[in-house]
Amino acid sequence: MSAMKEKITFSKGLVAFIEKWKEKPGNLIMVLHKVQEELGYVSREAADKVAEMLDIPLATIYGVLSFYHFFKITKPGEHNIQVCLGTACYLKGGEMLVDELTNLLGIEVGAVTADGKFSLEGVRCVGCCGLAPVMTVGGEVFGKVTKDQLPGIIAKFK
Amino acid sequence: MSTVHMKINGMPVEIEAGKNILAAAKKVNVNIPTLCYHPDLPAWAACGLCVVKQENSPKLLRACAAPVQENMSIITHDAELYQIRKTVIEMIMSTHPNTCLTCARNGSCELQRFAAEFGVREQPYEVRLVDLPQDRSTTSIVLDPTKCIKCGRCVQVCQEMQGVYALEFIGRGDKTVMSPAAGLPLNDSPCIKCGQCSAHCPVGAIFEKDETRDLVRAISDPDKHVVVQIAPAVRVAVGEAFNLPAGTITTGKIYAALRRLGVDKVFDTNFSADLTIMEEGTELVKRLTTGEGAIPQITSCCPAWTDYMEKYYSDMIPNFSTAKSPMMMQGAVTKTYYAQNAKIDPAKIYSVAIMPCTAKKFEISRDENMYASGYADVDLVLTTREFARLIKASGIDFTKLEDEKADSPIGAYAGAGTIFGNTGGVMEAAIRTAYNLMTGEELKDVNIEAVRGMEGVRSGVVDVKGTKLRVAIAHGMANVSTLLDEIREARDAGKEPPYHFIEVMACRGGCVAGGGQPYATTDEVRAQRIAGLYTDDERSTVRCSHQNPEIQQIYKDFFGAPLSEKSHHLLHTTYTERKIYKK
Repeated sequence: MSAMKEKITFSKGLVAFIEKWKEKPGNLIMVLHKVQEELGYVSREAADKVAEMLDIPLATIYGVLSFYHFFKITKPGEHNIQVCLGTACYLKGGEMLVDELTNLLGIEVGAVTADGKFSLEGVRCVGCCGLAPVMTVGGEVFGKVTKDQLPGIIAKFK
Repeated sequence: MSTVHMKINGMPVEIEAGKNILAAAKKVNVNIPTLCYHPDLPAWAACGLCVVKQENSPKLLRACAAPVQENMSIITHDAELYQIRKTVIEMIMSTHPNTCLTCARNGSCELQRFAAEFGVREQPYEVRLVDLPQDRSTTSIVLDPTKCIKCGRCVQVCQEMQGVYALEFIGRGDKTVMSPAAGLPLNDSPCIKCGQCSAHCPVGAIFEKDETRDLVRAISDPDKHVVVQIAPAVRVAVGEAFNLPAGTITTGKIYAALRRLGVDKVFDTNFSADLTIMEEGTELVKRLTTGEGAIPQITSCCPAWTDYMEKYYSDMIPNFSTAKSPMMMQGAVTKTYYAQNAKIDPAKIYSVAIMPCTAKKFEISRDENMYASGYADVDLVLTTREFARLIKASGIDFTKLEDEKADSPIGAYAGAGTIFGNTGGVMEAAIRTAYNLMTGEELKDVNIEAVRGMEGVRSGVVDVKGTKLRVAIAHGMANVSTLLDEIREARDAGKEPPYHFIEVMACRGGCVAGGGQPYATTDEVRAQRIAGLYTDDERSTVRCSHQNPEIQQIYKDFFGAPLSEKSHHLLHTTYTERKIYKK
């Protein structure tokens, strides 16, 4: 449906998944989940491809992508840092961790460092409030984090 | 039709089942304030201003979205509802900048009106404004996200009425913006510049690009010979800005107002609507009789439709009439035929069009064919709204003006030309002349009722002395796909085309309800404006384009015949497949 500069190729598995869900109502979120699972984010090219395959306007796709925090439209860094800002972590200083990480990495929330190493995001509850304030890097969880520990944690992934 | 019996503020009301509480209240002359609701669009209860109480129920109902029910008893106004509504307004104002004096909607803003009516005198809530730049990427409309109250009318119009999907709710909560996908500017999106978003926006978040100053400057430049044309639909709508009822024919007053503004010559797009019929009608007859060219032939007067077709249905380019729109034809003959006649250097002519349409601002530079005279055929387009403002700012008492006449030789029009402004009108005008071209005779009754009406898609058969001409009409862009898909299917299956001739107008009701027309357009207003155009048609001494003496003259003196080499050069154009997203 929509014309684009570069076409992206989806894996056979992904194409099969989309074909399976093509005619079912409410398929868009399912499909976007799967795309993000495979590619790490939903790029413009991927969104164009989904629009074409499902015959859905690109605007509708971006309406959904921008509504749910879960979906990412920019490529995350090699190590994605998530700072929990759920109620418990927030009260225990989650926001202070975000501020300090912003300082240390030189990027705002939602951005990626110039070298592509780190990206930073705020999330709502990672499910271990007892460890508040919590942050995760990649899949690794860090609990009861203090401001002073942050340079060390980052260094571990450099 | 089943009806429902209910009460509004104790007054009994009988109303058609399925209607909303707003409609029931209206029946007993009660107005419930609304901000997100628009009668053109499905109700979706975003703003909360229309809340009402139902007796014996603790819940508040939204009058726009709640259907009437048997025995329902509704309270629309009391002290508590007054306070709730005032709070809703104050809360909306807490995210809306206080810049009324410099706003495009100053004096016509629906939020401003309610703030005034509810006597809001202070801002009780912390103000949190959106800090985002304006989108001025198109030549037609401006998006100002700082003014947006997130009512969603523009998105609904763009998607449901127009089927364009340029705008969408992007983001969530107070971060939501009405914007194209992928952070693109409007000009890189599928936007067709129809401006229906601007006509439906209750505030100053989407508005036409104001270029009135350019006309004022041109008039005061002694080296410029300013020539103005007015579109069919303007004459039955501009009066609304001066408190005249919708549909009042003000052609003579518009001519007079333009002369008072100081323009040099006043012409009429209706003349070129007649010219369009000569070219497009001849083209149709040629396609039908010689077999050259695709059938059905589809009208191409509407620039928003042209843009849509080039993006969404480019495989139908061969079906498009190559005739330019009346406005562009008028521009081309202004800088050639008129310039020669009047012995004026076309380089000094400043050609202006007053249009009901925002897409017309985009059309004048859409491709190189719009410069057929060797210059920009049309230099400036002002919408009806801009024109009305200019008349007011120039101190012209519009309603008291004596009617004047247009200038020759490109100002006279037949009734056929004037109905170009409403759905079905181009079709009717074309049939009147095609009948003559095909049979050599004149139609006995030029009123072709079969093609009139307001249904989004209509079709019919017109008998041209035994030849059955199958015609169809669509208006409101979202309606066009039904017709086009039918044609595509027949074509791909190698079947006979279901129609011979198709008229498309992007806006519901046609140009009378264009994106540049006065605000508060509803189906009622559309019907009044359309009635005005048919009255103008009936009152015309000449009803058919080919009978217009100035049309006969221009072919005798200048073009020779329709579809001549000269007319191909000046009056016809080409189309190009375009990407739905430029980037």
